[in-house]
Amino acid sequence: MKLFKQTLLAAAIAFSTASAWADEVQVAVASNFTKPLEEIGSKFKAATGHDIKVSAGATGKLYAQIENGAPFEVFISADSKTPKKLVEAKQAEADSQFTYAFGTLVVWSSKEGYVDDKGDVLKKGEFQHLAIANPKTAPYGEAGMAVMEKLGLTAAITPKLVTGENITQTYDFVSTGNAELGFVALSQVSKANKLKSGSVWVVPQEMYKPLAQDAVLLTKGKDNAAAKALLDYLKGEDAQAIMTSYGYALPKKAEVK
Amino acid sequence: MLSPSDWSAVWLTFKLASLTTLILLLIGTPLAWHLARTRRWWKAPLSAVVALPIVLPPTVLGFYLLITMGPKGPIGQLTSALGWGTLPFTFTGLLVASVFYSLPFVVQPIQNAFETLDMRLMEAASTLRAKPLDAFFSVALPMARPGFLTACILGFAHTVGEFGVVLMIGGNIPDKTRVVSVQIYDHVESMEYAQAHWLAGGMVVFSFIVLLLMYTLNRGIRMSKI
Repeated sequence: MKLFKQTLLAAAIAFSTASAWADEVQVAVASNFTKPLEEIGSKFKAATGHDIKVSAGATGKLYAQIENGAPFEVFISADSKTPKKLVEAKQAEADSQFTYAFGTLVVWSSKEGYVDDKGDVLKKGEFQHLAIANPKTAPYGEAGMAVMEKLGLTAAITPKLVTGENITQTYDFVSTGNAELGFVALSQVSKANKLKSGSVWVVPQEMYKPLAQDAVLLTKGKDNAAAKALLDYLKGEDAQAIMTSYGYALPKKAEVK
Repeated sequence: MLSPSDWSAVWLTFKLASLTTLILLLIGTPLAWHLARTRRWWKAPLSAVVALPIVLPPTVLGFYLLITMGPKGPIGQLTSALGWGTLPFTFTGLLVASVFYSLPFVVQPIQNAFETLDMRLMEAASTLRAKPLDAFFSVALPMARPGFLTACILGFAHTVGEFGVVLMIGGNIPDKTRVVSVQIYDHVESMEYAQAHWLAGGMVVFSFIVLLLMYTLNRGIRMSKI
């Protein structure tokens, strides 16, 4: 029995020191940021030696998982509302929340030359289906509705709307050609500052509320040096260069602490 | 309580499940008969194809339906050529998807019933000069009644409970493709838990009653036979 206790104690000590020196961080990331985070992750590892383990999902779903005890240490959200709610629920460290990037809304079609660069295609209304992320739950969907409201097209277009569960599904509707066009994120349709395929209208930023995307340190990661290092790295130039190449707008320098 | 849009989703789900079950009875009965009787080489591959929706995740089915029924897919090109447009985001599209999705739940119980059928009764009918089709309708069908009951109930209930497929090809359009399961998901995602509870709780009660009915009735039929 004594031996058993001693072994247990030794194991406990071993584990606690291991976590103090941990060079691995569990990250929950909104699906739209998965690709850039993979690139950032490999540069981060090269720079610091820390490894990141990534779980991607819809922001709302990740919120529910974190609230229910998921072992994530850093949360990279697609909005600023959800990290704030986690801070209020004491699941995240209050002073750690910051905006790492702004999403850019676009109207995209998988057909070449279908969407003009002024968005007149929306006014012409010759399409059967316009895909949009659920405006009740997805920030990009909400922004898309605001744009249609600005253009005075809400009533005309509503019967043609097909709603994706999130922007990833919305992108699927458009990329398979089932919807002629849709509101998606610039980061989904561009890489290295180039449109991957189809045609696009980058909606002017003043037509919708800024799509601030925030990151936050979760309570479970507050003693993990690698978690803090990752959040710092997200504010740095290397990470920001990757984000702009995916079509994200950067927060003004003053906003980055 | 339930809002008008909730009721609309309930009605749509009922319509979808009823039509799916009806179509599956028409397609599934000859298919089940064939599978129960044939000894040809294709029995195993055909049975495997019928059973696929049981093991495949709905996302796989939904994903392939979205592609094949889309403008670039073979079904999509066929329906467009016929002047029907493409099927995703329409009620017809959901119906086609549900028929695929619920196929094994209708075919398998009927097939089981046909397989346990005493063939001597069919032979007796034919010695009494019943034509094969007549013998099928007046002997085989009544004998297989419990199988049909199970098939109807499972086909209907399984379509009501469908989620992944309708989410992927439905487009969440009110009154057209937003069925109960999607409506509940929407309520939960928007944190409207009270509304979600009304619908979700209703779904639990409904499913229990349906299954209870099935087990009670099937037992009744079996008892009356003995």
